[in-house]
Amino acid sequence: MRRDIFQAIADPTRRAIITLIALQAMTPNAIADNFNTTRQAVSKHLRILTECELVKQEQQGREIYYSLEIAKMKEIDKWLNQFKKIWESRFNQLDDVLSTIKKQKK
Amino acid sequence: MKNNLLFDFTVDKKTKTVFVNREFAAKLQLVWDAFTKQEILDQWWAPKPWMSKTKVMNFEVGGRRFYAMVSPEGQEHWSVQKFTSINPTINFAIHSAFADKDENINTEMPSSDWDLNFSEQDGITKVSITIKHKDLADLETMLQMGFQGGFTMTLNYLEDLLTTLSQQK
Repeated sequence: MRRDIFQAIADPTRRAIITLIALQAMTPNAIADNFNTTRQAVSKHLRILTECELVKQEQQGREIYYSLEIAKMKEIDKWLNQFKKIWESRFNQLDDVLSTIKKQKK
Repeated sequence: MKNNLLFDFTVDKKTKTVFVNREFAAKLQLVWDAFTKQEILDQWWAPKPWMSKTKVMNFEVGGRRFYAMVSPEGQEHWSVQKFTSINPTINFAIHSAFADKDENINTEMPSSDWDLNFSEQDGITKVSITIKHKDLADLETMLQMGFQGGFTMTLNYLEDLLTTLSQQK
């Protein structure tokens, strides 16, 4: 069972698929037309993306349309933001340390 | 915020690289020392309430910094940063890996390559850090190793606070 969102974005074809369907919902055939790979390969990528809950499927008539779960993509940014916070607080502490050292030298 | 010095943090998901840029209101030599001298490093490296404890610091090419992030409960997470290149006050590079308390490198854990550049203009020193990971998911492990529990909660609180503050503007 794949449930790691990072596996979803680890592959260049999957990243390209994400970019494609971010704009509009597409059928697997329409998606496959954009790549030089087999329809099967695209289906496999779509399956992984679905398992990662990064895309959702919608049945319209006889066709299945894939679209992006925007909220899930935002999770990645939110998660990365934690690292930003670590550096932020680390550097704010360094500001204090630097200013203390400067005062001592005077 | 107490200053308007540059701070930016970006991640290139494709190349699994983290970029951190920050300016400091201090001379180049002092900022360089803050990054390369154990006694200064330990004062700021760990975001509170964590503590940084350096056991070995041998700042030369091929040398290393062997240090721990110590949690408020006293739990220690050890890392080894090997210095792979040094150009005094201009740049240095490190290979960072996790280890146990006896300095045995944990090869199952993610490692990363860091490049740190320093430059000064009008008394303001800019530090540019590039951190290359093998896998973006490695960051998750680093987060778990370094800052479990309390710190994440502090961050969440901080995030709320920042959101509130930015809305007030």
